[in-house]
Amino acid sequence: MELLANLGLGLETALTPYNILYCFIGVLLGTLIGVLPGIGPTATIAMLLPITFTLSPVSALIMLAGIYYGAQYGGSTTAILINLPGESSSAVTAIDGYKMARQGRAGPALATAAIGSFFAGTVATLLIALFAPPLTEVALRFGPAEYFSLMVLGLISSVALAHGSVLKAIGMIVLGLMLGLVGTDIYTGTPRFTFGRLELADGLNFVAVAVGVFGLAEILRNLENEKDREVTVQRITNLMPTRADLKAIAQPILRGTLLGSLLGILPGGGHILSSFASYTVEKKLSKTPERFGQGAIEGVAGPESANNAGAQTSFIPMLTLGIPANPVMALMIGAMIIQGITPGPNVATDEPALFWGIIASMWIGNLLLVLLNLPLVGLWVRLLTIPYYLLFPAILAFSCIGVYSINSNAFDLYALTVFGLLGYVLVKLDCEPAPLLLGFVLGPMLEEHLRRAMIISRGDATVFLTRPISLTLLVMAAIVLVIVFLPSIAKKREEVFQEE
Amino acid sequence: MTLNQKDFFAGAIFIVLGLAFGAGALGMELGTAFRMGPGYFPLVLSAILIAIGLAIIVQGIGRSGGTIGSVPWRGLAFILAAPVAFGLAIRGFGLVPSVAAVALLAGFASQRMRVVTALALTIGLTLFCILVFNVGLGLPIRLFGPWLSF
Repeated sequence: MELLANLGLGLETALTPYNILYCFIGVLLGTLIGVLPGIGPTATIAMLLPITFTLSPVSALIMLAGIYYGAQYGGSTTAILINLPGESSSAVTAIDGYKMARQGRAGPALATAAIGSFFAGTVATLLIALFAPPLTEVALRFGPAEYFSLMVLGLISSVALAHGSVLKAIGMIVLGLMLGLVGTDIYTGTPRFTFGRLELADGLNFVAVAVGVFGLAEILRNLENEKDREVTVQRITNLMPTRADLKAIAQPILRGTLLGSLLGILPGGGHILSSFASYTVEKKLSKTPERFGQGAIEGVAGPESANNAGAQTSFIPMLTLGIPANPVMALMIGAMIIQGITPGPNVATDEPALFWGIIASMWIGNLLLVLLNLPLVGLWVRLLTIPYYLLFPAILAFSCIGVYSINSNAFDLYALTVFGLLGYVLVKLDCEPAPLLLGFVLGPMLEEHLRRAMIISRGDATVFLTRPISLTLLVMAAIVLVIVFLPSIAKKREEVFQEE
Repeated sequence: MTLNQKDFFAGAIFIVLGLAFGAGALGMELGTAFRMGPGYFPLVLSAILIAIGLAIIVQGIGRSGGTIGSVPWRGLAFILAAPVAFGLAIRGFGLVPSVAAVALLAGFASQRMRVVTALALTIGLTLFCILVFNVGLGLPIRLFGPWLSF
């Protein structure tokens, strides 16, 4: 069994004391920022990206991945206990989870979230291990035309899953693509949009852009209305779910895992959508839908499994194709590039220990999260009493040091300032930053594959339509676009995102 | 005619940026679809961006609401000043003064901050950063820069 051998190699890599330590640091940090509102995994990973330079590639990626799924986990803890979802994907968990906590059933709710997440994480890890190699095979046969079409599909689906106006999301993507082109043109060596600045010859600093539009802009938003967080937590008496609870959650966990795994692969924040989708499904299937919103344990089990599964499977396009499904994956690609690894289908064959090590570490990380979270719930909640005005100066200081340490270049800090302001203004105007960052990462790749495809076809643009895989991908993109603009769907879509 | 404020400004930003990039792209060699020059793809993108900007504005016509809401001017000024101060100070003064400047500036971005808290925060955060980034991670940034060594 090749799969077992591969997983064995992965476990061997992930289980070295050094890598376990970094996995632990990652999930610990992830839980921390998941609990704290006002700082998300994207900003954190962007801030820490430069520091990972001193680590080995495997340890660096294991730690960053841990931050990402750890944050999903931490977010649900506060959602249940104090109705404050630390991450947007746990917004659904708060609906029934908090009601359960009010009814004195916080323990079972937390345990359900933990069991669901762990099960989903295990299944999703296996799915990655199963599907990554065949996808890699397919990807190796991709030419520039296929890559171009795939990226178009990815960008379009990230629009469908973004919040708010579709037009604004497309605008943000195009703006991101354009910002990604700043720097030296690889074909001719012409500097583009650099204003003659040498610092821009290699393009805008990715970390400065990411920390600016996610980190700085988020701080500014939180300063709009400063208020004390009221933290009153019910005492958690009994952690274990009853036998009836376990029976009630078994199916929702299975369905949530399946749904999340499928939606997670889609580009553009599939894990957020998957928790909403799972909640809707459970409510529809339930014999007693009126209990939803009143503390139904199924309403915690399904979405929690779904969002963890989705967070996990969103690694698939990144690991196999080198194409990010969401901004966090874009940062992971950035981390690989910093480490001198070219992301793409070759990673699995050239760096099997890295590839399988990351996959295996996810399972270990999920195990650590269960061990870490349930006993330490009280500590996490106490963290919430730290006032925000003590927190954001620290975030700001780490951001500055992080951005500076990449190139030891003061110019990057001015870029950080500009993108912080731009990000804040755009968010104020209901333009989500996630598509911008995706566009920024994909911009250079998209252009390169477009130009290469056109050169190979001698300027014949139909090449994208005559090659079957490319055509399929483009047709899928067109279908997604049509669906998003259909009036009935558009209305439904607005409702889904309104609930947040 | 009512304009949706948010839509109008979002559209306007896209149009202005589209025009700026478009003008830049026109100054470069465009090439042909067969052999695209450095300006080809950016020009296409800027045309799309301008079109989207216009569409967003048109879509906002007649839609009420969309007011922008309060802006934390004080926070905005202090938060945006912090990275600039860091950038200006880091090379000459080194890590310690730069981090202290960021902490102090950021502290005053909040309306709730008191002077004593801000000073305590600055000292604490600076020490923490020295421990983590200098002692712990060994980043090659000098604690005190050349302007401070006599």
